[in-house]
Amino acid sequence: MDMKRDYYEDIRLLDSGSQIFWLIALLAVLTAFPFFASSYLIYTVNLMAINVIVALGLNLLVGYTGQISLGHAGFFAIGAYGTLVLMTKLGLPFPAALVAGGLISALFGFLLGLPALRLEGPYLAIATLGFGLTITQILGRIDYFGGHMGLQAPPLSVFGIEVTGDAGRYAVIMPVCVLLAWGLRNLTKTRVGRAFVAIRDSDIAAECIGVNLTYYKTLAFAVSAFYTGVAGGLMAFVLGFINPHTFNVMISILFLAMVVVGGLGSVLGSIMGAVLISWLQIELNRITELPLLGPLLEQISHSVFTISGLPNVQYVVFGLIMVGIIIFEPLGLYGIWIRTKLYWRTWPF
Amino acid sequence: MFSQLIISGIAIGATYALMALAMVIIYKTSEVLNFAQGDMAMLSAFVAYFILEDQGLGFAAAFPLALLFAFCLGAVLEFGFLRRAKEPTVLGLIIITLGLQMILYGLASWRWGSDQKNFPFPVSDFEVHEILPGAVISDLNLVTLGWALLLMLLLFAFFRYTKLGVAMKATQQNHVVARIMGIRVNRILMLTWGISSMVGASAAFLIASTDTLDPNLMWNPQLKGFSAAVLGGMTSLPGAVAGGFILGVIENLFGGYVSVEFKSVVAFAVIVLILCVRPSGLFARHYVRKV
Repeated sequence: MDMKRDYYEDIRLLDSGSQIFWLIALLAVLTAFPFFASSYLIYTVNLMAINVIVALGLNLLVGYTGQISLGHAGFFAIGAYGTLVLMTKLGLPFPAALVAGGLISALFGFLLGLPALRLEGPYLAIATLGFGLTITQILGRIDYFGGHMGLQAPPLSVFGIEVTGDAGRYAVIMPVCVLLAWGLRNLTKTRVGRAFVAIRDSDIAAECIGVNLTYYKTLAFAVSAFYTGVAGGLMAFVLGFINPHTFNVMISILFLAMVVVGGLGSVLGSIMGAVLISWLQIELNRITELPLLGPLLEQISHSVFTISGLPNVQYVVFGLIMVGIIIFEPLGLYGIWIRTKLYWRTWPF
Repeated sequence: MFSQLIISGIAIGATYALMALAMVIIYKTSEVLNFAQGDMAMLSAFVAYFILEDQGLGFAAAFPLALLFAFCLGAVLEFGFLRRAKEPTVLGLIIITLGLQMILYGLASWRWGSDQKNFPFPVSDFEVHEILPGAVISDLNLVTLGWALLLMLLLFAFFRYTKLGVAMKATQQNHVVARIMGIRVNRILMLTWGISSMVGASAAFLIASTDTLDPNLMWNPQLKGFSAAVLGGMTSLPGAVAGGFILGVIENLFGGYVSVEFKSVVAFAVIVLILCVRPSGLFARHYVRKV
């Protein structure tokens, strides 16, 4: 939107004074939030923050580098299992285990990135989908990882401080989320980030101007997997208990939906997409309790559908919202945000 | 044992092949990965069930009517949702089909609940023929197998010899040029969705009659059909059918000799390995992009 006049304007993290102001305001709200909100609300925000981390990682891969992945549930699982196993079986402290879990996930990301060098489109989609399915199946068969029964999260303590309750977990998750969002924003402004974007726009042209495709594509997979793995490690503590079924194909698909609905290739878009999709996921099952819509839906259920199947109306609404956003705004929520901003900037013209 | 495993593999592979055919038809013309394919078929199977059980009509009326419904459903979804997307990206279109999948799943389970129903079918799954020593195949499996092969031939002939089929191929190759040549690309896409939906619906009838009918019926066959299509090369009809059979046989052999637990996973491992060697599947030509 704004004209970039020199290189330093292009690479700085925040574009203007008002952005700094709003960022500080947002951080203040996030800090004050747990002191006012109810436990359930904090729990919801915890889940959202975790999904934001995944969406950021996946957007790096899908939006910035142009590779599709339907297997991020696999990285999510690796991160969650990695963190828990390192803590319970090897006795690592939580921060070290979380980072190590992320790094293990990144290693798998690197490995998945190798076949991805030759694949694109539906072929890559199937290869990553297969990866996600295989990881969860294998985890479910190994007794060391708890088999089908899954694993229980140990009590959480960070640097010797016991963390309990939703507010406590919020204090752990939210800084990680902010830090990782900051890191991604930074990454996209660097040489590496520009290499990713060049690969997305045309991999052949990128290779011609000296971008090492092998290095950067696998790096994109590894960084994306790291983000997802860290999110998985945090998820294990929010849920308190994980088993292989937590990480099914549907989760991978929802991650992709977050990124596309939010807006490809934008940090703000990933955050908005993740918040919207996770909010819908958590709250839509209460749609029948809405004042006007609820009775109406009940009436329709009696005449056309069945009343016992009424809870399934949430899938219909979920699907309609997703389809609607993409049909009317191919850039997703980020596109809507940009258009609104432009509209008000030039208002009343 | 071995021949029985092969034959059951081919029988299950036939259903994968049908789903793969349905996905390939859409991918060939519009390059959309249709994740709603399975649930479009599932809804059509429920409509067939509704006509059979609730309306009390016979098979001769139910199946054609349900196929007609499937055709209309596919055409309406293309007309109402995919065509409405403005400046769509490939990923955007995938997300639209995912949204449609959720809508269809929600509608079906809202109307029919999630309990399992017995889907009546004129051919029995229990009458078996011993075609090789020690290896049996049921009537239903024979029908499925025959239908998959027949459909492949019919579609092959359709794409090669009819005006509409050739128009579809032209649309696939280049939308703009096809339009210049007087082909109504939008209408072709709508018909493609309709035809693909019918193929998927026929697969759903056959799958529902071996299994029970519930809203989750087609999720797994859809993933398998998708894999089979990728294995065969995503744009090739014979490739999709062959991919389905290969997938079914590999799965069954692995399940029989190595481990039943990893049966459904091994298919994906095999596909990843094959894609490493042939990045565009077994039967499609790998186009090297030129600058």
